[in-house]
Amino acid sequence: MEHLFTNLATALTGWMITLGLSPVWADVILLLVKWIIIITIITLNIIILIWLERKVSAFFQERLGPNRLGPFGIFQTIADAIKLLTKEDIVPSAADKLIFKTAPMFFIVVAVMLYTVIPMGQGMEVINLNIGLLFFISMGSLSTIALLMAGWGSDNKWSLMGAVRSVAQMISYEIPLAFSLLGVVMISGSLNLQDIVAAQDNIWFVILQPIAFLTYFIAATAELNRGPFDMPEAEQELTGGAYTEYTGMRWALFFLAEYTNLVAVSALMATVFLGGWQGPWLPSWLWIIIKTYGVILVFFWVKWTFPRIRMDHLMSFSWKVLVPVSLGNILLTGAGIYFCQWMGWC
Amino acid sequence: MMQSDIYNVNVGPIHPSTHGGLHAEAVMDGEIIQDVIVHLGYVHRSVEKIAESKTYQQFVPYTARLDYLATNLPVLGYCQAVEKLLGIEVPERAEYIRIIMAELSRIASHQIAISATGIDLGATTGLMYGMRDRERIMNIFEMTGGQRLLSSYIRIGGVGADIPDEFIPAVQSFVNDIPKMMDEYNGLMTGNEIWEARMKGVGILSKEDAVKYGVTGPNLRASGIAYDIRKAEPYGIYDRFDFDIPARSGGDSLDRWNIRIEELGESGRIIQQALDNLPEGEVKAKIPKVLKAEAGTEVYHRIESAKGELGYYIVSDGGNKPYRLHVRAPSFINLMVLPLVCRGGVFQDLITNIATLDPILGESDR
Repeated sequence: MEHLFTNLATALTGWMITLGLSPVWADVILLLVKWIIIITIITLNIIILIWLERKVSAFFQERLGPNRLGPFGIFQTIADAIKLLTKEDIVPSAADKLIFKTAPMFFIVVAVMLYTVIPMGQGMEVINLNIGLLFFISMGSLSTIALLMAGWGSDNKWSLMGAVRSVAQMISYEIPLAFSLLGVVMISGSLNLQDIVAAQDNIWFVILQPIAFLTYFIAATAELNRGPFDMPEAEQELTGGAYTEYTGMRWALFFLAEYTNLVAVSALMATVFLGGWQGPWLPSWLWIIIKTYGVILVFFWVKWTFPRIRMDHLMSFSWKVLVPVSLGNILLTGAGIYFCQWMGWC
Repeated sequence: MMQSDIYNVNVGPIHPSTHGGLHAEAVMDGEIIQDVIVHLGYVHRSVEKIAESKTYQQFVPYTARLDYLATNLPVLGYCQAVEKLLGIEVPERAEYIRIIMAELSRIASHQIAISATGIDLGATTGLMYGMRDRERIMNIFEMTGGQRLLSSYIRIGGVGADIPDEFIPAVQSFVNDIPKMMDEYNGLMTGNEIWEARMKGVGILSKEDAVKYGVTGPNLRASGIAYDIRKAEPYGIYDRFDFDIPARSGGDSLDRWNIRIEELGESGRIIQQALDNLPEGEVKAKIPKVLKAEAGTEVYHRIESAKGELGYYIVSDGGNKPYRLHVRAPSFINLMVLPLVCRGGVFQDLITNIATLDPILGESDR
């Protein structure tokens, strides 16, 4: 079971070479196959994830949640998707049409790109980049541009306010997010995510880097625009923020991308702090799924418990608390490594 | 200081957080609110004019639609005003049932205020907690009036019919659970750091301003004046009950929020006493089929509604319909302080302030 997918990939490559393809072309086709699989998994996973969030929130709120379509309402999301696909596609007459139309596509593409580097098991990733972590952070920050495009292109005050808020928020929270990951990089000595997983052979980084773990969790919640930091959306105040003017599938793409981001960030959290695909008994690809879903459930729990924070508090919390704390963590980690080497332990 | 262009944003009338059709135009500089212009009238139904073409009894269901979240309170106020005008004596048992229904309505209204504040501030689960508990009150209303939201159970001269057998156990179990509910609301929302930061010092309404603008109800009590018409000028049989008037002194959103939670407990105390002393007997006075007041008589009657002082002014010209009826709606007057408390705050404070001022538009637009 452990090498199920890697063996499949090797078999596929071998088969293509026997058909007379050169190894280079076989690799390109394999990459394409990997991408198709990833997009399929994302789409299917989101159907489960949206259903799960509705069920989990219903559990917190003492409701039943979706329960009409299929067993436990599992087909509710599919019905919603069909509804969204058949809805009228409205483009406001005053909108900047090109920007308005490209923003959701841009958002989802950036979100899917995040999956390139996440190790989904032993030797399982699309590209084994040696700067994987840096790639992940840079791709994650690009989604700001998509939100700004949506806000600007809609020509709506709510949208613009949501977009400006999201830019301010994301720029502020990217810094503690990157800083919190720096401690891990210092210990493992690599930006390659497979190396970071391998470095957690004996002990998970959540134990070595508890402060970084908490900082990352908070900053990631803000990066994901999830409650209690869902300021750019804020349906109670901004009536949907940057997404106000979007309808039908365009809106659904934003929705899809948000969940895609959620899975990616949770998977990175599991990879960097919770030992990645490492674990006993079960195959590695199952472990990363279990850990990712565990993190996602915590994100759900936080969202459905806390009220939304105020914009100015949000900014001051980032600059006055998270940035100093994450900087202090880097200092502490450096001192720890120096001490460790001085004592001759490592 | 960086200066940007001033722009106006229309919050409402179609907006998720405007409690049923409030149109507030926010004049903003970035995220800072310079001013708020309140435009009323989106749900205007000319209730006062309708009253002139309906007999006294026919108008009872219309009053329930003034404050539809505390449905029995506006009906009680109207019926008592007419009884005062015509000199009708209400049977003892009906008075007690009225107290129970009025206080249940107050709790229902405050629970909506609590839930709505929860959802407006993003605590979605808070909404569900309040709604879940309010559902039990709706079931109790259904037992008495046959209708859940707008039961019009209180009538001129008493109540519509005697209470069914299952009524008292249902009310008793609800009253027993009120302290638990208060703990839940406090545990989920009041103690939360984000919640406190969103509310503390936001939308401060000083004692002087509250008096100047004529603010009443929980909003006035949060500003430091323990004024409640149930104590100041007892109507019905409120003078027989023992209860406290919760008051705070800060006048900010957190105080307005806390007052409403505390009032749940006080209303529970009143209901408990009413249940203990509920006498047997008639529930409706013998009144003529056609009610007519003497020409030229007029009456003003006020009660403590869930939102503040609810007054009815009725003038009779001797016919079977009021010559003129005016409603002194607390929400209408309480809303006038919205620009005052919002100025200088950020945009999100506007939502907090609307939620904690707890206006109901059916009443303020009439």
